[in-house]
Amino acid sequence: MAAITSDVQVEVRRPRRSVVIGVLLVAWVAAYFLLSGIHTLPLGGQETTGFHRWLTEHRDAVGAGNLVFDAIRAAVDNIVVLLQNVLSQPSYGRPVPVIGWLGVVAASAYLAWAFGNWKVALLTAAGLGFVGLQGLWQESMDTLALTIAAVLLSLLVAIPLGIWAGLSNRAFKVATLVLDLMQTLPTFVYLAPLTLFFAIGPAAATIATLIYAAPPAVRLTAHAIRNVPPESVEASRSLGSTRGQTLTKVLLPMSRSTVVVGINQTIMAALSMVTVAALIDAPGLGQTVLKALQTLDVGVAFNAGLAIVVIAIVLDRVTTAAGDRPWRTASVRRKILLGAGGVGVLVAIWFSRTYVWAAEFPTDVNLGARIAVLAADVTTWVQDVFGGLTYGVRDAVTLGVLNPLEALLTGSPWWLVGAVVVAIAAVLGRWKAAVPAVVCIGLLVGTGVWQDSMITLASTLLATIVVVAVGLTLGVWAGRNRRVDLVIRPILDAGQTMPPFVYLVPFLALFGTSRFTAIAAAVVYAVPVTVKIVADGIKAVPVATVEAATSVGSSSWQVISKVQLPVARRAITLAVNQGLIYVLAMVVVGGLVGAGALGYDVAAGFAQSELYGKGLAAGAAIVLLGVLLDRITQAAAPKPHGKGEKQ
Amino acid sequence: MKKLRYAGVLTATVLVLAGCGGAKVGEEQKPAAGGKECGSFNLTVSPWVGYEANAAVVAYVATKDLGCKVVKKNLKEEIAWQGFGTGEVDVNLENWGHEDLKKKYIETDKVAVEAGSTGVKGVIGWYVPPWMAAKYPDITDSKNLNKYADLFKTSESGGKGQLLDGDPSYVTNDEALVKNLNLNYKVVQSGSETALIQAFRDAEKDKKPLLAYFYEPQWFFNEVKLVKVNLPTYTAGCDADPAKIACDYPPYDLDKIISKKFADSGSPAVDLVKKFQWTNEDQNAVARMIAVDKMTPDAAAEKWVTDNRAKVDAWLAK
Repeated sequence: MAAITSDVQVEVRRPRRSVVIGVLLVAWVAAYFLLSGIHTLPLGGQETTGFHRWLTEHRDAVGAGNLVFDAIRAAVDNIVVLLQNVLSQPSYGRPVPVIGWLGVVAASAYLAWAFGNWKVALLTAAGLGFVGLQGLWQESMDTLALTIAAVLLSLLVAIPLGIWAGLSNRAFKVATLVLDLMQTLPTFVYLAPLTLFFAIGPAAATIATLIYAAPPAVRLTAHAIRNVPPESVEASRSLGSTRGQTLTKVLLPMSRSTVVVGINQTIMAALSMVTVAALIDAPGLGQTVLKALQTLDVGVAFNAGLAIVVIAIVLDRVTTAAGDRPWRTASVRRKILLGAGGVGVLVAIWFSRTYVWAAEFPTDVNLGARIAVLAADVTTWVQDVFGGLTYGVRDAVTLGVLNPLEALLTGSPWWLVGAVVVAIAAVLGRWKAAVPAVVCIGLLVGTGVWQDSMITLASTLLATIVVVAVGLTLGVWAGRNRRVDLVIRPILDAGQTMPPFVYLVPFLALFGTSRFTAIAAAVVYAVPVTVKIVADGIKAVPVATVEAATSVGSSSWQVISKVQLPVARRAITLAVNQGLIYVLAMVVVGGLVGAGALGYDVAAGFAQSELYGKGLAAGAAIVLLGVLLDRITQAAAPKPHGKGEKQ
Repeated sequence: MKKLRYAGVLTATVLVLAGCGGAKVGEEQKPAAGGKECGSFNLTVSPWVGYEANAAVVAYVATKDLGCKVVKKNLKEEIAWQGFGTGEVDVNLENWGHEDLKKKYIETDKVAVEAGSTGVKGVIGWYVPPWMAAKYPDITDSKNLNKYADLFKTSESGGKGQLLDGDPSYVTNDEALVKNLNLNYKVVQSGSETALIQAFRDAEKDKKPLLAYFYEPQWFFNEVKLVKVNLPTYTAGCDADPAKIACDYPPYDLDKIISKKFADSGSPAVDLVKKFQWTNEDQNAVARMIAVDKMTPDAAAEKWVTDNRAKVDAWLAK
């Protein structure tokens, strides 16, 4: 038991701390045997507390009809409808959108080439052609319209906020807290109320997406600005630049590539919301996925999921290429080519407005049906071949690890769990970690869903440990080997953007409805981001440092453990942190496959009006768990010595 | 080099000319949808196939026979009810109970009105896969469930038998039932209809024991004929105190709800929606075409309407 709960801290502990924590955990287990079963604060599935009922009653108090909200709704609706008219829906009295498929493909490829390079332009054309062949052109364009609207609005809010948080320490602290909240608060908690504020329709869907997708852009913009060397800023100041000039001429250009990474992450997050937003009638591929799942049609769901992945990969590669592109003015030759290309695009658009074949994607080759059949066959095969084995794995892990851990957390009196957590926080991070721990534990008890929180915490801890272990292994491997990186990156992108709903059905077939299934789904979702961050961290280790280590005869293992991992430790802390947040983001999805507890409470609150308050409280509990674990892992991370933090 | 350029220009020209063949956009104008008197209405589509069957048929008839424009909105039930208030939903074709919401939106807020029964009977209860009912004939009586509790143990049920509960959309009395009927079972939340159906599918295929909460009408009965376990018979009022329930779920008369605004609009579609009624078999037939035969809802509706013209004419008061 002790080994499990302390694993997270293993690589960062100092000898004395580890002893103290070990003693604490042993004492906890001993106390558990004496005190188990008392003060465990249970609450049955349909039971609510007074606080929950109060929340339920006051839900509508905030309702629609507010002028500000109406104005926002109208504006956002107009933007989305405009984009839909251009890309996807019959509009302005014509049976087809303003720009048909040929025009969209030509214009997208042209933009990819102009801002990126010809490789991503080819990829763009191929990707869009592929989703067209899948028979999902219109749905894809609806999704694209909604994503573009959500991303543009996100950036409109996120970049200025990110700059502010980059320049001001106080704004940075507040922003971090709010962003954690936005990323961990389950969408289901605010999806229904959003339709009260912004009515059913594109606006509510776009704003739900925005809430989830904006944080990465804020975080990375702030991060980039804070990491501009102070020397550059001082040099600019000493030359007499104003604050505005310093910002536009020094800070922003120097942080450009990191800001683009933020934009990129925002796009990915927006695409991962496509299915959830479909629950409030957001148009596009999400609808296809949900409809297919009503009849457990894995094939069709996979086909639509694949289209989302393809769009994600295209957008990711184009933004990455745009970020890497050196900032320089175009040569005359390039200007001529750009002009010629522009004319070509206009011709293509004219075609797509004039002729049916260029306006509506031809349906002769329906690749989608074949992909669907293939996916369904593969799923059946995997289920038949591995079915028995997977149940064995599930039972072994559940009985051997998960059940004891959960029993310890749920069976101990709440004050005992609280005391142990606060003590661990205090050992690791003094009062800076202990105070948030006390607050979080207190609020968790206040939510009235303490026992469900502990069940979810047990699964979360287990999932996070697996995510970190897998993420570190794959991340180091990919960081050290370019070819591996090239191969696994599309798979990681798929894991991040393939709607979890698509792989839930095969997972259910393999592992049944259980907490283990939920853990497996969370691992699939959270591993990619962890691997990516670790790989980038390892790659950023200066080549000279690695070579120096190799030249004195260090083995690969020594280079990794003594040089690369320590140097990349900030990236690794971030990776652990993001892995954790992604696992928590999947708690609600886990609730849909048998994890019960907080995830189920949230889903039930979304579906049953009388449980709304409880669902909201459960959502808050997920956030509190996130903040608590975040503060403890941050405190456990090694402090940067000397010149880590500037100013 | 020059030749190459000419070749390029030539290919481009040929391509452009070739492209100029083919139909032009807007050449075959569809006849403008007439039926001004019907106008358009917003129809919510709840996320289950049976509902989609209702929606498909009503939308088909309203469009073809009355010339209405039907805007379908895919919404969860709770949000659809909210939509009556905000004016974005006009018609709900299959409502499962929801007395609390009726009270709020019909009695208190007065934004919605009842539009009669759909004729479909809803059943909620506990079910086992058919192989179990065949092998253990007395399992369908809840009194014998304790005898079989060991069969239903899983990694989630903590040593007791597992009763798998389902979609969070429905109120369940199962925790109270297990307690009040002294059953040696633990309620485990599967959390979604998807999970329930997959569990039943595997249970029947691999002959695994499963006891779970389920409901009819449901397209899945076309695939596996689940067998209902009889709980103590429902009598009016036996479910008055949620904590003391020890009887079966009440039979549900599924009904239609429309917005006040729509009801007062005088559109012929209002009468259609009010008169729309069919049976569980009818709904299952259409649901089966959508779920199993993979027809589009519109094509399934067309087929059913053609085969059942008399019923449709009755809705239209022809």
